[in-house]
Amino acid sequence: MTALAHVPTSAGEPAAAPRRSRSRLLPYLLLLPGAAWLLIFFALPLLQLAAASLYDPGGSLSTGYAMTWAFDNYPAALQAYWPHFVRSFAYSAIALVLALLMGYPLAYAIAQKAGRWKNLLLVAVVAPQFTSFLVRTLAWKTILSDNGALVGLLRDVHLLGPDGRLLATPFAVVLGLTYNFLPFLVLPLYASLERLDSRLLEAASDLYASPLRAFQKVTLPLSMPGLIAGTLLFFIPATGDYINAELLGTPNEYMIGNVIDSAFLVRLDYPQGAALSFLLMAAILAIVFGYLRKAGTEEVL
Amino acid sequence: MRTMGHETPAGDLRLANLTKRFGVFTAVDDLSLTVPQGSFFALLGASGCGKTTTLRMIAGLEEPTSGQVLLGDRDIAGLRPYKRPVNTVFQSYALFPHLDIHENVAFGLRRRGIRKVTDQVERMLALVQLEGYGRRKPAQLSGGQQQRVALARALINHPQVLLLDEPLGALDLKLRRQMQIELKRIQTEVGITFVHVTHDQEEAMTMADTVAVMNAGRIEQLGAPADLYEYPATAFVANFLGQSNLLAGEAAGRTGDDLPVTAHGARFSVPADRARVDHGPVFLGVRPEKLHLAADPGEVPAGHQHVGGVVTDASYVGVSTQYLVRTAWGSELSVFAANSGVGGRLAVGTPVTAHWDPRHAFVLPREPGEDDQTAPLLDEPPVGVPS
Amino acid sequence: MRRWIADRWVMGVALLVLGYLSLPIVVVAGLSFNRPSSRLSYDFNEFTLDNWTQPCATSDMCDAVVRSMEIGLIATVVSTLLGTLMAFALVRHGFRGRAGINGLIFLPMATPELVMGTSLLALFVAAGVPQGFWTIVIAHVMFCVSFVVVTVKARLSGMDRRLEEAAMDLYASEWQTFRRITLPLVLPGIMAAALLAFSLSFDDFIITNFNAGTTVTFPMYVWGAAQRGIPPQVNVIGTAMFAIALLLVGASTLRGRRARRAALVAPVAAVGTPKSAS
Repeated sequence: MTALAHVPTSAGEPAAAPRRSRSRLLPYLLLLPGAAWLLIFFALPLLQLAAASLYDPGGSLSTGYAMTWAFDNYPAALQAYWPHFVRSFAYSAIALVLALLMGYPLAYAIAQKAGRWKNLLLVAVVAPQFTSFLVRTLAWKTILSDNGALVGLLRDVHLLGPDGRLLATPFAVVLGLTYNFLPFLVLPLYASLERLDSRLLEAASDLYASPLRAFQKVTLPLSMPGLIAGTLLFFIPATGDYINAELLGTPNEYMIGNVIDSAFLVRLDYPQGAALSFLLMAAILAIVFGYLRKAGTEEVL
Repeated sequence: MRTMGHETPAGDLRLANLTKRFGVFTAVDDLSLTVPQGSFFALLGASGCGKTTTLRMIAGLEEPTSGQVLLGDRDIAGLRPYKRPVNTVFQSYALFPHLDIHENVAFGLRRRGIRKVTDQVERMLALVQLEGYGRRKPAQLSGGQQQRVALARALINHPQVLLLDEPLGALDLKLRRQMQIELKRIQTEVGITFVHVTHDQEEAMTMADTVAVMNAGRIEQLGAPADLYEYPATAFVANFLGQSNLLAGEAAGRTGDDLPVTAHGARFSVPADRARVDHGPVFLGVRPEKLHLAADPGEVPAGHQHVGGVVTDASYVGVSTQYLVRTAWGSELSVFAANSGVGGRLAVGTPVTAHWDPRHAFVLPREPGEDDQTAPLLDEPPVGVPS
Repeated sequence: MRRWIADRWVMGVALLVLGYLSLPIVVVAGLSFNRPSSRLSYDFNEFTLDNWTQPCATSDMCDAVVRSMEIGLIATVVSTLLGTLMAFALVRHGFRGRAGINGLIFLPMATPELVMGTSLLALFVAAGVPQGFWTIVIAHVMFCVSFVVVTVKARLSGMDRRLEEAAMDLYASEWQTFRRITLPLVLPGIMAAALLAFSLSFDDFIITNFNAGTTVTFPMYVWGAAQRGIPPQVNVIGTAMFAIALLLVGASTLRGRRARRAALVAPVAAVGTPKSAS
């Protein structure tokens, strides 16, 4: 008690005022470096990309580009490369369906059925992610190789013709996409399924729900946040991907990413590359927001 | 509201016109009270009544919108929490999960630059009967043990005032009763002012010297537990602290030492010193255990007042039997009859006369239009209401 | 019997999917012991330990690995610092423009890497900034910050505010409270965020590819080698990364309880959850 008797007595209002103003300023100081970084190196570049997409398509990197508000770049780019757009969305949509069919049981099993093996299974999902994804994608080249065991087996059972291949086909690209982004679907889904109280399923079955109905009416709605997050985390990078098409496919399987990559790094056609980038982003954003709106309303129902 | 009127020695805790608003919501409304040094003071109320906000303002965790928090003559309302000679036992304890019990208890001493803490910590752990637990982590302790660590962690600093925010809320009933006695023992031993916030009226009455019943940011009544119970000041207190049968009636001034009250067509009389008002709409109140039942109107003792009715429910709860008696006008009175072996039990459907000694009745102000209140208030409010 | 199947088919499917997810790692590990028949061959030929005894036989590759580590470390330190500060502001303070800040943090995670890579390229070219080591660092910090914010935020908002109030009540000043209570309790989240940032940076190819100039990181080396022929040592690096990850993640997860497991999943789980981010 004696130590406390010396607490200053006059530190009422005058001391409190500066404290308050300092704490009002503090959040802005904390936010400033990070927000500035994101503004300068994320938002500003997007503006620059928008500008570049309207440059005179006749310019070049060496002669310089003139800003001519060339909105024609967009229809021109779309006209030239619409099959690649279609392919990008088709491949990633098929991959998404496959990933859902594989990822939901996996996430559910880890969250609800694994018991004491839960951590082990989780590590089995996460740890491979630390190996470079390029190296892992190249491994599929070995697995799907014409001389490999898998192709041999499929040829023997006549699922593939004697000259049939897996590598350098749309199948290989979709398989690669599914593989590469599956963990991004599984982990958020796992996180929301783990929070699912298994007694709810017992209650559902007590109230005359078949396992299928219980899944449909209890599990699925409650895992919706994870499902939405996982779907987006899968779909966005898969649509913009060009690694799998490049490594596991041929130019016949090239997606829009391959075109953008070559526009910027090979053909050095910045206006076209920028226009294609923006079209890709616009398409993805449209799908994402449309999906979020729909998923959102369904969640309410 | 009356405050406890006496001189304020150095250590009294005084709240003067304390107000806290969150936006348009007034959590604490112009609250004034005095807690004498060394007393055990309970703030009793339902969730959301402002009792925790009051406590947090004393601790310095909430800044008052206006008003003063005085310790002796010193206004501490503007001081940071760590500058106040006040410590808190938090609801759910808030033990630091990454520190062991010894370091948890030593935390306050170390922050004040005291190096040699071991002896003090050991003594404090002994006081709360946790010798030998120093090296454990909070998660390895049971709820009751954690509660005692939280108490030791606060008490070791010898605060002038110890604040307890629902300290027993997380414990099961048996442990709670045990800890109530324990807390009271420790408070007597260390002689520190305890301000205890709770929604459990039994807890408040068991431990506190003075109880303040709070409702909607204001103090409804303040006093010794027995005074509050025997002669509540408002209908809220009458129902929050225990149970009451409140009959809606009208009073029209006293007659000598008595106050006649007309209710439901019958005339009753209450001693004038048991009436909070003597004009207009009133409640005539009688506690259920002060009501007695007679199967034959002839058994009603002289001087007792009475109403007739029919037994509609009889619940045997061991020490007593709780009856519901429906009156002619439809209200159901609660009656507790001690199972003392005197008198038989009454079956449902039996016509009875409920009678009471007028000295056990009380008269409270009533809002015009309010009807009888004979059901108890819930002391556990609905979930989700902020406290 | 039907009941037995009904109870177990989910687990069966899950194990098959896990096999699918693990197959490439097995192949990578196998190929790390392979002496390929030719530079462009991806098939297993002959067992050898040479790749492990001489991992730097192709010195370009080891240079690239070292460069990726340097970039990864710098990007991790900077992005963890910036992201942690932002997370504190978001969880602990009120300020104007919260929706804008949330959007600024959420958008980089929802934007295809390709778009971020090309737009940064467009900016650097327009501003005449020569591309190389530091432009890669800048890009990596940019896309790591959001993930750090989300990870630290999850940990911070799960923390009981009462602990800090209790510390203040027990005579700890603001700084002492932060140093003794807040920081130790948030540290696991910050470490998880740093680990995530490092692995994102180390493994990034798309954004790096647009902003590297002539600088070669490990993923860029692999990409280039895929056209010319992959040295088998690449698989040694791949296997070693997996082993280190197993040690780091596995050790802490298997030993720990729920909290650590949550720290493992939180970043990825929290990232896409639109509610938590917006």
